[in-house]
Parts: sequence; C-alpha cells; structure tokens
Amino acid sequence: MSSGVSNPKGNSEIIRLTDAWKIYKMGRQEVKALAGVNASFAPGSFWAIMGPSGSGKSTMMNILGCLDRLTKGHYFFDGQDISTFSDDELSDLRLRRIGFIFQSFNLIPQLTVQKNIELPLYYLGWDARRSSERAQYLAEQVGLAERLNHRPTELSGGQMQRVAIARALANDPQIIFADEPTGNLDTKTGLQILDLLQKLNENGKTIIMVTHEPDIAAFAQYQMHMRDGQIERIDGGIG
Amino acid sequence: MRQTRLIRNIALGVENLLLHKLRSFLTMLGIVFGVGSVVAMLSVGEGASKEALEQIRKLGSNNIIISSVKAVEDESMTNTRIFMSVYGLTYEDYRRISESFKNVQKTAPAKIIRKESRLGERSLELRVVGTTPSWFELVPRDIIAGRVLTNADVEKQAPVAVLTEYGARRLLAAEHTIGQTLRIGGDSFLIVGIVRSESGQAGNIQIPDQEVDAYIPIEVARRYFGDIQTRVAAGTREREKVELHQVILQIDSSEHVEPTAAAIEQMLKRFHKKKDYTISVPLALLKQAEATKRRFNIVLGSIAGISLLVGGIGIMNIMLASVTERTREIGIRRAIGAKRRQIIFQFLIETVVLSTTGGIIGLGVGIFIPFVITMVSGMATVLTLWGILLPLLISMLIGILFGLYPAIHAAQVDPIIALRHE
Repeated sequence: MSSGVSNPKGNSEIIRLTDAWKIYKMGRQEVKALAGVNASFAPGSFWAIMGPSGSGKSTMMNILGCLDRLTKGHYFFDGQDISTFSDDELSDLRLRRIGFIFQSFNLIPQLTVQKNIELPLYYLGWDARRSSERAQYLAEQVGLAERLNHRPTELSGGQMQRVAIARALANDPQIIFADEPTGNLDTKTGLQILDLLQKLNENGKTIIMVTHEPDIAAFAQYQMHMRDGQIERIDGGIG
Repeated sequence: MRQTRLIRNIALGVENLLLHKLRSFLTMLGIVFGVGSVVAMLSVGEGASKEALEQIRKLGSNNIIISSVKAVEDESMTNTRIFMSVYGLTYEDYRRISESFKNVQKTAPAKIIRKESRLGERSLELRVVGTTPSWFELVPRDIIAGRVLTNADVEKQAPVAVLTEYGARRLLAAEHTIGQTLRIGGDSFLIVGIVRSESGQAGNIQIPDQEVDAYIPIEVARRYFGDIQTRVAAGTREREKVELHQVILQIDSSEHVEPTAAAIEQMLKRFHKKKDYTISVPLALLKQAEATKRRFNIVLGSIAGISLLVGGIGIMNIMLASVTERTREIGIRRAIGAKRRQIIFQFLIETVVLSTTGGIIGLGVGIFIPFVITMVSGMATVLTLWGILLPLLISMLIGILFGLYPAIHAAQVDPIIALRHE
C-alpha cells in the first residue's frame, strides 16, 4: 500500500521504506512482522506508532532504529539505501545519527549518571575533558546537573528517563527513537518527559515514538496505526 | 590518542572488576597459584642444576682426567703374604698421550704419595702431588702467597713445595713461612707458595685437587720417593708400583673432547692388558647434567602448565557468567553504536587485566616461596629473568586465549533480545 503521507517540509525526507518486509521463521510457520510497508518520514516531524501487540510496531521500531535488517525491500536513511549495510556500518549509523530512549530506561547500573551520558561520546572517540563538558551541559538541559555523580539506582524513574534522554542527545542525533518512553512512569512524570520530547522536536529533532496509549500518542504530530504488519492509517498532520 | 584510549579502556576494565572484588580475586587465584608454582619450580630447578653444573665446571669443561685404578683381577694374588701389585698409567703412556694426539693442548701428570710432613712443631699427613707447572693451568686456583711451580724448578729438580691454604693453616704456615723448610717424610722441601684449593665431587668424578695437597716437581717426587709404595695394614705389607696416578689433559676445543677421549681409550687398551685406568670426561657429565635439567624443566613446565590451564578455564567460566549477567549492558552499548569488535575488546581487556594481575601476584608468591626454601633448607634457588618474564607473558596470553571465547560470545548478543533481557 502507498503511504500517501504529505510531507510537511517539502520534498525532503529522512527515512523512506519501500516495500519493506520482515519475516520471522517460528518453527515451520512464517510470521510476517512487516508485510510490504511503504512509509516516509520528514525531518523535524514527531510520530507516534500505535497498534495492538503483534501488529508489528516493535519490529517497525527496530527496523527504523537500524537495530534490525529487512528481509526484503529497501530502507533509505537520508537518501542512502542502508538495506545492504553491514553490522559495523549500521552500528556507525546508530552511533552518529540516532538516539534511543527506552521504556525501562536501559541505563548501565554500574556507571554514574555522567558516565552513562558520556557513553556515546566514548564510542565516538571524544577525549575525556570534552566528553565531561558535554555531559554536564546535557545534564543541565534535562535538569539533572546535581545528579552527575549518582548511580542510576539512586534516581527516581523520571530522573532515570531524563538521564536516558541526555544520553540519547549526546551524539546530537538527527532522529530520536522512543520506545514507550512513559510506560514505566506515573502520569505526571510521563507528561514532563513528553514535554521534554516536544521541546526537542521544536528544536528540529525528528522523533519517532512507539506507544499504545492514545493520550500519549496525541502529543505527536502524526499517529501511525499498525495492524498485521501493515500501516492501517495515519492520523494528524495538521500541526 | 590511541594510547590514551587504551589506558582508558584498561581503567574501565579495572573499574568493572573492582565492582566485584571478591569474585575477581577468587577468579584470579587459579592464575596466582599457576604462575606462582611455575616461578617457584623454575627457580628451584635452576638452583639445583646450577650447583651441579658449577661443580662440573670446576673440573674444566675441556679437560679429560685419566686416573689409575687397581684392576679387580689383582685380588687373585692376595694369598701371598708379601706381594706387589703393579698397575696404572705409566710414564710411557703419558709420553704417548702428550705426543700423539694433536688435539691435546696441555697435559699435567700427577704422582700421588701420602706422606707425614712436619713444619716446625706441627705435623700433618699430606697428599704429595708430583706434577709439572702445567697442573696449575689445568687446575687453576688463586695464588694466596708466593708462587707456583715453574719450569726452572723442574729443570733444576729443585726440592720445592707449594702448599694449599688448608694445609698451610694446619701447619701454621703463613706468608712469612715462604722460604722455610717443610719436611716430607725424611726429606726437606722449600715452601715457595700457597694456593687456594677446592674439594668435593662432581657427579662421579673427584675434583683433581684436595685440601691436604702439597705440590712438588714430578722428577723430584720420583727421585725421592720412587714408584713403589708400601702400605702396612693388619700385619700385611702391601706394595704397589704405580708410575702415575693421574693425567689431566686439556683439549683445544669442546667438540674434540669426546672423540679424543675415545681415541685415548683405544690406545690405552692396546698397551694395558687389564683395565687399570678410568677416563673421566667432565664435558660428558656436563651434557648429561644439562639434559637432566632439560627433562626436569619439561616435567615441571608441564605440571605448571596444567595448573595455568586450570586457572585459565576458571577465568573463562567466570567471564562467561559475567557476559550472561551483563547481556543487557551489552545490548545498550550495541544500540548506542558500539561495534562488535569494541564489545570483544572490552571483555578481552577485562580478562587480560584479571589474568595479568593474577600473574603479577603469582610472581610475588613464586619469588617468596624459593626464598623461604633457601632459608629453611639451604637449597640454592636461582631466579632468572626468563623465569620471571615467561610466566608473566603466559598469564597475559592465557587472558587473551581464554578471554576470547567469552568476548566473542558477548559480541554475538543480539541487541534487540539483549535490551529485553532482565
């Protein structure tokens, strides 16, 4: 099916999927987690991917986040076909242009807040002083400047998610993927996190978020509804 | 830049290991004891063989020592009350050996007579060795006072004697004693020098000199004491005729030692009906000792190798557990953009830090044990540079070898599954 999504910022698109298939073999059965998806995401847009479990929204997230590869079809990232990228090339792409936020925060427990935020910079090869300055700056941005030397276990859920956001921003990515970012948080804290994401979007970051809560999805510019590995419909776009 | 990165990686590894201090320490123990036993065993082995080798070297590694021995067949004559046994090396043997072998560089004959000697009020039974000046080149010992025998002594057949340090002390001789008269048996000798002496055995070869030696020119010994010695024991008078008791030869190079010894044996066989001589080759002994040492090292090395292997397996086991435990961390790192080889490197460094630290501690244990052994038993132990470096290198290698599998295992983790891992 054709996505038919109108592009809010002219012709440019950061991600395009054309006839994208992801097929898992479960014993003898084949599961079509993505069944010929066509989609296009404009830079600076804010998306929510929704759908019941088994609809393929997690697979969609993994594919878009370059954590997994298509069985068939093409994935263009910023105009480049990355369907044929090697594991190392995908790692490099994630390192330089993508940030992740997870439902369960996924901070490394034995590292301090500062070291967690610095992690992408470490792999980017930044020196210690520069990394430390960047981590401090980012911690200030998410309101955690006083917590740099704490370990994740000493923080509340909301604080942990802020650390995760700071970490996702460390490499100044073009796209941030958020997998149920408010799933483990109470409503009030969740709203604060969504505020933060919206602010990031206003500053030009493309955000793609997976959620099953319509209230949360309403914060996004577009709501993509998935079912049976296909895009059922796309709402929003008025801005 | 690259270097600081490595240092940062190592620092990170150390940090991670310090999170589980007890576990890291217990994991190291295998390597600690492995390396400790390697270092200790090598130093004990090295010490034992060094003692043996030093004794053999005192004999002179390019020397051949031929000694007269009483042949067993002589026993048939014991029924006679007074008899004379004639055996051993002859002056003629000595001349032939000196003249007919081109590889023989120097020779020293020795005619040995035991004689009661007196200096002033003191007396001592000396082993009088009639020899030539070359003795002192073949059995090199420090000169404490005066001089050794010279060619002039030989030519003039001068009645001069060189004492050993031990003999001199027993006879209360000192530097001022030089020039005094020593009475050997019934004859007077002028003391011209004092030399240091060695004693003892190397393998089954007696060291040529003894502590109670007195060296005199061989012609003098022959003229004064003759070739026939009489021993009185339990009512029988035993008479022996021995021309030369020992001949020491120096061969020009070590590869000629054994062939020359064989050729001399062939020659002596032709002139001696009975085997009344023995040929000792210190070099053969040296080779044998070195071969023993090599075998010893291989056995010790294998035992130590097994303990290191056990240590390595212990490390691998813990690292595999650690990889499983840290699956989620690996997933996070991969999602952020770490490449597989960076994950491998991370875990490999942890293992190498662990095994090398174990190696260093083991080295301390391995140096301490020989020290205690030497203190307690007096056994010589020797630490060689190789005995230290090799175990350290091996422990590092073990870290890489046994760390590789867990590290590769870690890198194979699928980030998607790992991120869901609890």
